[in-house]
Amino acid sequence: MTCNLTLGPILFHWPAENKLDFYSRIADEAPIDTVYLGEVICSKRAPFFEQHYSAVVERLERGGKKVVFSSLCEVVLKRERKAIEEFCSFGSHEIEINNSSALLHIDGRPHRIGPMMNIYNEETMAHLASRGASHFVLPVELPRASTEILVARGRELGTGIEIQVFGRASLAVSARCYHARAHGRTKDNCQFVCEEDLDGMPLRTLEGKPFLAINGIQTLSQTYLNYITEFQELITAGITDFRLSPHTCDMVLVAENFKAVLDGRKDPAEADAALTLMMGDSAFSNGFWYGRPGHLRV
Amino acid sequence: MRPELVCPAGTPAALRAAVDAGADAIYCGFQNATNARNFPGLNFTVEEMEQSVFYAHERGTKVLLAINTFPPAGKFDLWKEAVDAGGRIGVDAFIVADIGVATYAAKTFPDIRLHLSVQAAASSSDAIRYYCKEFGVKRVVLPRILTIPEIKVLAGEIPCEIETFVFGNHGLMVEGRCSLTNYVTGLSTNMDGVCSPASEVKYERDATGNLSSKLGEFTIDCFSCNDKAGYPTICKGRYLTDCRDGAYYAFEEPISLNLAQMLPDMIEAGIHAFKIEGRQRSRAYVKSVVTAFRKVVDAVLEGGVPDTADLVSLTEGQKQTEGAFKTKKWR
Repeated sequence: MTCNLTLGPILFHWPAENKLDFYSRIADEAPIDTVYLGEVICSKRAPFFEQHYSAVVERLERGGKKVVFSSLCEVVLKRERKAIEEFCSFGSHEIEINNSSALLHIDGRPHRIGPMMNIYNEETMAHLASRGASHFVLPVELPRASTEILVARGRELGTGIEIQVFGRASLAVSARCYHARAHGRTKDNCQFVCEEDLDGMPLRTLEGKPFLAINGIQTLSQTYLNYITEFQELITAGITDFRLSPHTCDMVLVAENFKAVLDGRKDPAEADAALTLMMGDSAFSNGFWYGRPGHLRV
Repeated sequence: MRPELVCPAGTPAALRAAVDAGADAIYCGFQNATNARNFPGLNFTVEEMEQSVFYAHERGTKVLLAINTFPPAGKFDLWKEAVDAGGRIGVDAFIVADIGVATYAAKTFPDIRLHLSVQAAASSSDAIRYYCKEFGVKRVVLPRILTIPEIKVLAGEIPCEIETFVFGNHGLMVEGRCSLTNYVTGLSTNMDGVCSPASEVKYERDATGNLSSKLGEFTIDCFSCNDKAGYPTICKGRYLTDCRDGAYYAFEEPISLNLAQMLPDMIEAGIHAFKIEGRQRSRAYVKSVVTAFRKVVDAVLEGGVPDTADLVSLTEGQKQTEGAFKTKKWR
């Protein structure tokens, strides 16, 4: 069975030039099979990068990557609904849906179901597969026991199963922009202040303990998920795709380490040491996989 | 159109109190992870549900059964059993969020109404229309994020009834999409039906007399001796960040939703049912809130000016908000 390393959509509001540099490097250097593109968090950010997609797609495809487009996760306004409807008729590339509004328009065409879509059980999976879903990214909080059952069902249905194995975990989304709020603004006059925090704005507890990270309407974990020491187990379980969520750290190095473990060229402990050297001792968590508090590293 | 007043019941006694106080419908759930208020000592056994539905139906009140969490793979049977029990008892509607549960309920009990829980996070007419088309949903419980003019537009775009929260606790995150509690405690709001579970709550007083409220290992807020300490709900806590001097409510203050003053506009906007939050509250609280809201709704329907003094006193000294319903600036 083939396993794919994937790169999730950039969740943060990076300047266009940062994104262009990032994807060029990914195209040329990273051992990644599939790259998800698109603005998932805030529709206000989307126009900043629209003009660059065709060049980025071309560059990534020349680098041998498959490109999938990801949709917005919160759809409320009329222009957001219109954008989703257009997105669903997108013919050139596969799409990943992150909001149920898209399910109205998809009309049986093949599509992927993203991590915000609450695929917790085999009944939900089977229903969506009967309507054209070909690939499921599971919720970040789903523990091992349930994941294994979904993998088995996915095999019967002939669908791909993907989980996130690296990067901050998305814990919540809201209609309210907490970046704007922190700066005394509202979502409508945010002045794109989220651009200041390329990996999210850290929130600490009153004693100064790192806790969460804010990214516009999204709240993420302060810790980075890191399943590299569980990676062999995930592969054996039959998961087909493994998502690295982009951050400003060296994502090529992250991808190389996961790829080396995937190919059996590197010991997981050695790969973990390389990631720890880059990110620090207390950076990682894996509790969700074990059904423990998500912030823990078990 | 006469809007329904939909009231919470965490116990059979609270259900009877709400029925007697004039609720048009009661929502409640079983004593397990199948509903989003799975707190110790709360909710109904199958037998209690049966007796309670009988009590409510005798008095012309509907019972809406909340089966509104997301069954994790391997545990789906518990949710099926909840649907089966509700169907056998003859509840008036299932309130569901999970697509798998909706599929099962629609197939097994096609004659029982399906209501789409707020936990399904259907925040646009397209999302709502999907659930109506796919599962025959008859009513949507709207996320608390839309203004009243937006709801009015929405009402014209969807083929089902609208229910909105009008009073009580005010969640900040998109409901059904929040794993904050699981990150801290290992218990999941979506899968286990808990938010900031009491078993993980601690209050610690330091040498200077300040009281910290903690959830798991994390301090959610801190209160001086004179303050009343709040419950440590993650999205109502105070935190530090680099761009702020000192602690601030990063998400929202501990604040209660109270839309009593906006009811005339809400009726005019085409809202079919008003929902009061609080299945975790006592029988006495439920009785007071339902009585007060019954008076307000009836006054509005008769064209009078609602007296909301009783409702203000029920917010327990907490600040009140009209939240997102009043203005887009809330966002």
